Amino acid sequence: MLGLIPFVPFAGFLLNALSGRRTTRRVSGAVACGAMLISFILSASAVWSLLGREPEQRHLVQTVFTWISSGSFTADFQFALDPLSAVMVLVVTGIGSLIHIYSTAYMHEERDSEYARYFSYLNLFAAFMLVLVLGANFLVMFVGWEGVGLCSYLLIGFWFQKKSASDAGKKAFIVNRIGDFGFILGVLLLFTRFGTIDFQEVAHQAAMIRPEVDAFGTLSLITLLLFVGATGKSAQIPLYVWLPDAMEGPTPVSALIHAATMVTAGVYMIARNAVLFSRAPETLAIVAVIGAATALMAGTIGLVQNDIKRVLAYSTVSQLGYMFLAMGVGASAAGVFHLYTHAFFKALLFLGSGAVIHALAGEQDLRKMGGLRRELPITYWTFLVGAIAISGVPFFAGFYSKDEILAKTFESGHTVLWLVGLFTAMLTACYMFRVVYLAFFGERPHQTVHPQHPEQEEPVHGAHLHDAPPAMALALIVLAIGSVVAGYVSFGGRFERFLEPSFHGAEAAEAGAHANESMLMGVSIVAAFAGIGLATYLFLLNRRAADGIAQRFSGVHRLLTNKYYVDELYDAAIVQPIRIASEDGLWKVVDATFIDGAVNGVGDVVRGLSELLRRLQTGSVRAYAASLFVGVVVILGYYIWR
Amino acid sequence: MTSAPLEYYLMLSAVLFCIGTAGVFVRRNLITILLSIEIMLNAVNLAFVAFGRMHGRADGQIIVFFVMTVAAAEAAVGLAIIISLFRHRESLNPDSFTELKW
Repeated sequence: MLGLIPFVPFAGFLLNALSGRRTTRRVSGAVACGAMLISFILSASAVWSLLGREPEQRHLVQTVFTWISSGSFTADFQFALDPLSAVMVLVVTGIGSLIHIYSTAYMHEERDSEYARYFSYLNLFAAFMLVLVLGANFLVMFVGWEGVGLCSYLLIGFWFQKKSASDAGKKAFIVNRIGDFGFILGVLLLFTRFGTIDFQEVAHQAAMIRPEVDAFGTLSLITLLLFVGATGKSAQIPLYVWLPDAMEGPTPVSALIHAATMVTAGVYMIARNAVLFSRAPETLAIVAVIGAATALMAGTIGLVQNDIKRVLAYSTVSQLGYMFLAMGVGASAAGVFHLYTHAFFKALLFLGSGAVIHALAGEQDLRKMGGLRRELPITYWTFLVGAIAISGVPFFAGFYSKDEILAKTFESGHTVLWLVGLFTAMLTACYMFRVVYLAFFGERPHQTVHPQHPEQEEPVHGAHLHDAPPAMALALIVLAIGSVVAGYVSFGGRFERFLEPSFHGAEAAEAGAHANESMLMGVSIVAAFAGIGLATYLFLLNRRAADGIAQRFSGVHRLLTNKYYVDELYDAAIVQPIRIASEDGLWKVVDATFIDGAVNGVGDVVRGLSELLRRLQTGSVRAYAASLFVGVVVILGYYIWR
Repeated sequence: MTSAPLEYYLMLSAVLFCIGTAGVFVRRNLITILLSIEIMLNAVNLAFVAFGRMHGRADGQIIVFFVMTVAAAEAAVGLAIIISLFRHRESLNPDSFTELKW
């Protein structure tokens, strides 16, 4: 039963990959969406049967087959469903289905074969993502973990004819490999320490270990290595650089993979091992600090970007930072809750931006947008809902989860991190409403819109813009409703109680000061509205003020526009040294001299020896006879005068 | 009757062998070289017979018969080869035949 959930999208992938060239786009789209919907129904029924059990019994396991059995090491291809994976499965299949439906309209201008290729990748991604969240041990999770990385690469580089897109795909893959390396090392070390890689058994054993307070021991090292994997997959400092570039992919891909699901895999992995991480406070502190730093850094960059998708990408990095902050302060449930609400409103925002880009024939530059409020009403209203939700306005989903993270951070005594989080919340509201105002309000600069994106090869639609077609509108509206109501499941701590069995034994050791919750809530609301107000003033009422500020602090502005020069820094510190060492050292010296020298040297030696031996073969019979005679004389002489 | 001592026979044998060897190296006619080889073989025969006589056994003489048979065969084959070579090059100088194939 559980095995079917990832298998159905995989079957959809096979169908589209093998026969997609010969079918029309209507068929391949229907296959892909159908597979996702079936998977969603299966997941929902599985979760339903999970809910029918006692909270302590909520753990379904299905062993598909014994995968590896070698000595003391066994790994089954095993799926497990518990409250945590239930949340993830529903997010992946539910939001995944909506994005599939949206894609049928968004990708409509592709050729039939490309269309089928797109949907086969998308289904493959869903299958791997479901393997990732359902895997009952590290190895099965790792299969999904690598698989989604592959699909991410394939989909970022979907328009591979475009160099920037294929470069971005490679960048994502390579940066992810660095993280995966840490992940593998972490799992190996974990196996040597615990003798098992099953999540449940590891949690059981870890629960009995005393936390490594004031010491950096094996557990801290294991968790830190796992966290390195998480920073790669979930785009945290220092490995976040691939995510903004990943926006080269089609927009629904950005919504599904680079906002709602894949990038949350790192958060999920830490939540899955919450017990283990709770025994390594040193690592948790690092996780929290990295999370907060990433949230702040990405938030500030997002403030000045002009590409609508890049703003959203940095926003995603920033929100992921929040989730890691929650994980770091031991509030796993809050982090997962934010993951869940974020999936709704960030997918919505991406799909909304996709609708805008679609309407504007591939234009992504915010400076060339404006006034779309009147022409694209559905997109406008749904995007606005998403922006409000992410900003943390009360009664919208983002408010509940973000507020919970901030409250938990404050309660755990990390006041500085709390302040950073609060400031980032204000930044979030500010940059989101900047996008809203720049795209939907004001006037569009009057100029011909050039299709800069290959997703639109046809000529421009002209002055008349069309709003989202039905399939896109459906996804937008459903996600908008979700962005409002998704937060309500947490009322009365229900969400936290539901997840409790998954985090059993991971309770934060220290009980910090219990702060006045309503006071904290009030502060978050003030931060959200301050951000919105700031954006309203700068980007709607008085745009010249924004330019003035940018000019006044031109140094800071340039620093932010250039993303803190991190890409340049990595290029200078890592890429160029490797390139120079490879080209001038390994290629021109080692390869040309030593490798080629060895190969050519063997040839030269053989030829030289042959040249010498050739002289013996004179063909003169008497010379042969002479050598024979001399040889006999020498041998006889040796024996006689020995 | 007192026979000559063994050393005399061996000396003669060595002299004959050296004459034969020198002939093989020095002469430039294939037929002469073949004759020189016969001289070398007969030098060896002489040594065999002398040793056989000294030990009072027939082994030396028996082996000489073998050598003479082989020498006859060798002369037949050798002369045939020489005739065939001569037909190719109109020459009996061994230095004309340094090419390994033609």
